[in-house]
Amino acid sequence: MHLSFLSNLINGISLGSVYAIIALGYTMVYGIAKMLNFAHGDVIMIGAYISFCVTQYLNLPAWLSVLAAMFVCTLLGMTIERLAYKPLRSAPSLAVLITAIGMSYFLQNLALLIWGSNPKSFTSIISFGPLRLFDGQLIISDVAIVTVLACILIMIGLTWFTGKTRMGKAMRAVSEDKGAAQLMGVNVNRTISVTFAIGSALAAIAGVLLCSAYPTLMPTTGSMPGIKAFTAAVFGGIGSIPGAMLGGILLGIIEIFGKSYISTELGDAIVFAILIVILLVKPAGLLGKKIREKV
Amino acid sequence: MSNTLLKVDNLHVYYGSIHAIKGISFEVNEGEIVTLIGANGAGKSTTLNTVAGLLKPRSGSILLHDQNIVGVPADKIVSKGMALCPEGRRIFLQMTVLENLEMGGYTRPNSELEESIENVYDHFPRLKERYKQVAGTLSGGEQQMLAMGRALMSKPKLMMMDEPSMGLAPILVEQIFDIIRELKHAGTTILLVEQNAQMALSIADRAYVLETGKIVNEGSASDLLHDDSVRRAYLGN
Repeated sequence: MHLSFLSNLINGISLGSVYAIIALGYTMVYGIAKMLNFAHGDVIMIGAYISFCVTQYLNLPAWLSVLAAMFVCTLLGMTIERLAYKPLRSAPSLAVLITAIGMSYFLQNLALLIWGSNPKSFTSIISFGPLRLFDGQLIISDVAIVTVLACILIMIGLTWFTGKTRMGKAMRAVSEDKGAAQLMGVNVNRTISVTFAIGSALAAIAGVLLCSAYPTLMPTTGSMPGIKAFTAAVFGGIGSIPGAMLGGILLGIIEIFGKSYISTELGDAIVFAILIVILLVKPAGLLGKKIREKV
Repeated sequence: MSNTLLKVDNLHVYYGSIHAIKGISFEVNEGEIVTLIGANGAGKSTTLNTVAGLLKPRSGSILLHDQNIVGVPADKIVSKGMALCPEGRRIFLQMTVLENLEMGGYTRPNSELEESIENVYDHFPRLKERYKQVAGTLSGGEQQMLAMGRALMSKPKLMMMDEPSMGLAPILVEQIFDIIRELKHAGTTILLVEQNAQMALSIADRAYVLETGKIVNEGSASDLLHDDSVRRAYLGN
């Protein structure tokens, strides 16, 4: 009983780590461009397909496939921003939102065209075998370990990046006040582009990790995790990097516990019900800040 | 006389169909404090924002060091030696005092930042005491000091200040204006926009009076301080 609880907790943290990595992309882009990039989930799917093709058809090693996926997704993210979102920078936010949804469908259909509708069976890129504890009663999968580690590393990396580097500080400045950041000499367009690049590279990593744990890969693979990660970002406080992390991991744990202890079918419903309750109590999300301006 | 640092000629600015600035011309010479005074909505901030590149003029020219900067985006203008300390301060509230200053020096090499930060601390010792504090927790006066310190970080030849006295207690206003004088002595040229015409005219060399997008009066600050129409309209007696 205790071990199954522990095992569920670990699975929850692992799934939550994937959500967290995806949520970072949502939250960073929202923080800086003040838009919800609903195509983000589909970038995950493209990343997974790229990794799949590189290992399957080119027979290259797994680590190289991850790099290739990150590279392609980074370019993809920047291109989407440049072609679809940048021309709408001063348009009403509804127009941008609809464009993002359109972009999401575009990417799904593009994948459908290239890879067809039949699900591919994704081979896990991690293969050092599971960790067995307590005489084999508690098994932690290798994917879970790598996912959690990746999530921790990304969190440390991003904290360092936004806290210490010139570009990272410029991003925070832009997310607070574009005009003031411009007056400091920050090129706002480039900052937004870099944000999309980082978010999309993270999406590629998330895609590979997600499909390593849940190996069915098809053009719609990214949409549900994308929506859940968006939920996680809102849950943690959209715009906040630690919030996305916390929201993602909590969401993963809630989902796995809900599915294990309450009802498999209702798992997702439970997740969203809890989200609604939390937002009723804390509308800005768990770590979201409401800034009071001094006059 | 001295060298002209900034020369604005026949500037027209629109917000959509609203004609906000109707062909104003003025200049700022090196080493001067020049002030634009006028009532709310006269176009003072619009003028500064246009000069800083945040707004695009419909027509007219803005020469900085004889180079036309119309159409140059705001983020490229900073490195040409001009900084704007914007209305409402607009410091980065979630960043620390030190980070705000670092952002001010964004266009400059890292190796020079430390010296500039020390220089800002000399003018504003309060900022040094609070360098680790998040800017949103500073008092209004401290936030204004931070906004000015941040603008100084780019080592501007011309510093534009938009309503630095806004919302501050009289004693703090005195302090801020003392610092503006100090900056002038240190060799910075200043273009100051103020509603507090009395204070502005008392430290400025020259002044322009703006009314609904037009310059209606100009001259040496001391003359305007004693000009009857200016006194009636802006000084309350």
